[in-house]
Amino acid sequence: MTSTPALHQNSAEQQELLHNIVDSLKDQEGALIPILQAAQDSLGFLSTESLKTISKLLNMPYSEISGVVSFYSYFTTMPRGRYTIRVCLGTACYVRGGKQLLEELKKILQIEVGETTEDKLFSLEVGRCFGACGLAPVLMINDEIHQRVKPTKLAALLAPYKSENDSEATDESPKISQEDAQ
Amino acid sequence: MAYRSYILVCGGTGCESSHADKIYQNLKNEIEANKLSEQVQVIKTGCFGFCEQGPIVKILPENTFYVQVKPEDAKELVDEHIIKGRPVERLIYSASDDKNRKSVIAEEKDISFYQKQYRIVLRNCGMIDPEVIEEYIARDGYAALEKVLFDMKPEQVIDELKKAGIRGRGGAGFPTWMKWNFTKGATNSETKYVVCNADEGDPGAYMDRSTLEGDPHSVLEAMTIAGYTVGAQKGFIYIRAEYPLAISRLKIAIQQAKDMGLLGDNILGTDFSFDIEIRLGAGAFVCGEETALLASIEGKRGMPIPRPPFPATHGLWKKPTVINNVETYANIPMIILKGGDWFASIGTETSKGTKVFALTGKIKNSGLIEVPMGITLREIIYDIGGGIPNGRKFKAAQSGGPSGGVITEEFLDTPIDYENLAKLGSIMGSGGLIVMDEDDCMLDIAKFYLDFTVDESCGKCAPCRIGGKQLYGLLDKISQGNGELDDINKMEDISLAMQRASLCGLGQTAPNPVASTLRYFKDEYLEHITDKKCSAGVCKDLLQFNILKDKCVGCTVCARKCPVNAISGERKQPHEIDQNACIKCGECYEACKFQAITRG
Ligand SMILES: Cc1cc2nc3c(=O)[nH]c(=O)nc-3n(C[C@H](O)[C@H](O)[C@H](O)COP(=O)(O)O)c2cc1C
Ligand code: SF4
Ligand code: SF4
Ligand code: FES
Ligand code: FES
Repeated sequence: MTSTPALHQNSAEQQELLHNIVDSLKDQEGALIPILQAAQDSLGFLSTESLKTISKLLNMPYSEISGVVSFYSYFTTMPRGRYTIRVCLGTACYVRGGKQLLEELKKILQIEVGETTEDKLFSLEVGRCFGACGLAPVLMINDEIHQRVKPTKLAALLAPYKSENDSEATDESPKISQEDAQ
Repeated sequence: MAYRSYILVCGGTGCESSHADKIYQNLKNEIEANKLSEQVQVIKTGCFGFCEQGPIVKILPENTFYVQVKPEDAKELVDEHIIKGRPVERLIYSASDDKNRKSVIAEEKDISFYQKQYRIVLRNCGMIDPEVIEEYIARDGYAALEKVLFDMKPEQVIDELKKAGIRGRGGAGFPTWMKWNFTKGATNSETKYVVCNADEGDPGAYMDRSTLEGDPHSVLEAMTIAGYTVGAQKGFIYIRAEYPLAISRLKIAIQQAKDMGLLGDNILGTDFSFDIEIRLGAGAFVCGEETALLASIEGKRGMPIPRPPFPATHGLWKKPTVINNVETYANIPMIILKGGDWFASIGTETSKGTKVFALTGKIKNSGLIEVPMGITLREIIYDIGGGIPNGRKFKAAQSGGPSGGVITEEFLDTPIDYENLAKLGSIMGSGGLIVMDEDDCMLDIAKFYLDFTVDESCGKCAPCRIGGKQLYGLLDKISQGNGELDDINKMEDISLAMQRASLCGLGQTAPNPVASTLRYFKDEYLEHITDKKCSAGVCKDLLQFNILKDKCVGCTVCARKCPVNAISGERKQPHEIDQNACIKCGECYEACKFQAITRG
C-alpha cells in the first residue's frame, strides 16, 4: 500500500489515470471511497487537483469529496517520502516500548508525526497494531515489518534505507549524529 | 495421503515479518533439488498462534514443531528430518521454563501453550493452505453450506443458532440468532444484505485478521449461509486497508469459491445466488461501529447514526442487513455441522463456545489463543501464557481495548464470560488481552486509551468530542505532577456525562479505562497527585535518575548506553547524570550492574 508512488507523473498522465480509475469503479454502489483509495495508491497522495478531477468525473460536489477525504486517516493530501515509517502504537507495542521508539525516531529524523524529512526520504506515521504483537514493539518501513526494535538500534535499522538511496541522495540526508549511528 | 510428508510453514503476519516467505521458498527449493516434490509437499498456512516463537515450521505426519526457524535452516531440515528421518533438535521448541519440559518438546500437544486451548474458530489456522480451496473442503469445508441448502429450512438454521446460544464476538455479545431472525422477518424490502465486520479497531488485537489470513473460506461459507437464511443475495466484507495479506487471501478465496460454484449464481446448482464484495476501510476506528460502518460502505463519512431503527431492518441503503463480526461467522459452519447442542455444551451458562484472544504485553508466550468460555484468567496467563517474563510481578490484564477495563490479581480465578467481565468493570470486547506488570503505570494506560478515543472520536456529538478531551487533559495534568485531589471528582463527573449522553458506543465507553483503573488503582492516582510520584517509573515528568556515588564503581557501562551522552565521569570514578540533558529513557538504570542508579 505504501509502495513508492510515482511522484513525477505529469498532469496529463495523471488525468488519464484518474479517468481510468473512475471509469472502472464508478458503477458499484458507494464507489467514492474505493475510487479515492485506488487514486491514492497509484498517485501516492490526493492533490487538490486530483480531487477536483474526481469531483468532475463523478459529478459530485468537491466539498463532499474533501469531507470524506479529511474524515479518514488513510487518505493523505500531502506527498509522502520515499519510505513511510509507521511506528505501531497499538496497546501491545505501547506497553513494550513503542512510544520510546517514536520519540527516538522523531529525534533522529527531526520531524513530527505526519511530516516528511526535507530530503523526501522518510515520512513518519503511527499505526495501531500490525498483527505482530507477539514480536512487539514493531514498526513498518513501507511494507516491511521490523520487530522487537530497540530505540538504540534505530539508526542502524535506517542505515540501509539511506544508503540504498545514496546514488540519488543529496547532502541533506536526515540528521543522524555520529553517536546514534554506533 | 498422497504425500509421505507435509512441511507446514506459518504464513501469518508475525512469521512473515521474520522472513517466513524465504523459509518457504528455500524449503521448496531444497525439496526440488532432492527430487522429492512427488513425496513431500511444502505448504504455507495461517498463523499457528505461537507468534512469539515464530517463524514456526511443522512437519507431518510426525507433528514435529520447529520454532524460530531461519531461512538458512531449510537445508538442514530437509537433509536431516525429511531425508534421514532425524529431527533437528536445536530447532525444536524447548523453552526451559515450559512446565512440560522434559528435554525437548517435539509435538504441539505437549506444549503448555496449546494444552488448554480449544479450537473451533481457528480450527484450520496453521492446518491448511488458505489459498487452496481444496484443502478447506478436505476438512469439511462447505459441507455446512451444502447441508443448509439441501436439508435445512431457514427457520431450522435459526433454531440451531438459538440452541447453540452463540453471541456476537465483535464486542456487544448480542445473540446472533435474534439478529438473523429480525432480518429474515423484515418485510420492508426484498433486497437484503449480509455484512461482515472485519474492521478490527481495537488497537493491539489481531484475531480477525489472523482468522481471515488463515481460513478465509470459513467466513465466506458462513456469510453465504446467512444469505440463504435471511434471504439476501449480496454480502460485503468491510476490512481494514491496513490488512493487505488478509485482503489478498480473501480475494483469492472468493474467486476460487466462484469457480467451484460455491458462490455466485445458482450455488451448488440450486436457485440460490449470493455474491460477496470486499470494501476497504480507510482508517477510522469509529467505522467498526455498525451504523458508521454501513455509512462508510455507502461511500459517506463514517459517522454513527442513532439506533433504532437497527441495521437488522434498516441497514445498508436502508435495507434489512445482518451484520456480524468475523469470529462470529467463523463459528457458524461448525455449529451447523456438529449441531447447536454440541456448541452449547462448551462454555458457561450465559456464554457458549470459545473466544479467541490476542494475548500480548508482558507475557512470556505471547500469541493468538482460542479458549473455552469459562476458563480463568489465571489459566490463560500462567498455563497458556507461561507467566510474566523477567521475574516481574503481574499487575493487571486489560480486556476490551479502549472500551474495556482492567482485571486485577484478586480476580484471576473468575471464570471468563460476558457477564463476569462486565461485573468486574471490563468487557469481553473483541479479544484483545494485554498483560501488564509492575512497570506499567495504570494512569498512563488510561491516558493511552483516552488519547486513542479522542483521536478517533468522529466529533458528531459534544459529550464524546469535548468530554474526551477534558478527561485526557486531566490525566495529562496529573501525569505531569500538577494534579489536584478534586480532579478525580471532575473525572468521575465527565465520565458519567459521556456514558449517558454520547451517541454511540465509542463515546459511551471511552471513560471505561479511566473508571476501571480508578476503581482498582486509586492509590496510584493519589500517589501521582499528592506525592508527585510514579512508582512504576513511567510518567517522565515525575521521574529522575540519579547515580549513587558510593555504589558507582565507574565501570562506564551507563555512559556508553546513554543515547544522549548525559552521563559523564572518569573510568573508575563515580559518574554523574546531567539532568538537563537526560531524556529519562531508563537505559542506564537497566544497564547498571551495581544498582548504583536510582529511579524516583
Ligand atoms: C466504537 C465502536 C467500534 C467497534 N468496532 C468493532 C470492530 O472493530 N469489529 C467488530 O466486529 N465490531 C465492532 N463494534 C461492534 C459493532 O458495532 C457490532 O456490534 C458488531 O459488528 C456486531 O457483530 P456481532 O454481533 O457478531 O458481534 C464496534 C462498536 C463500537 C461502538
Ligand atoms: S459518541 Fe463520539 S464517535 Fe460516537 S457519534 Fe458521538 S462523537 Fe462520534
Ligand atoms: S535515563 Fe537515559 S538519558 Fe537519562 S542518563 Fe540514563 S541513559 Fe541517559
Ligand atoms: S500492537 Fe503493535 S503489532 Fe499489535
Ligand atoms: S504468525 Fe506465525 S505463529 Fe502467529
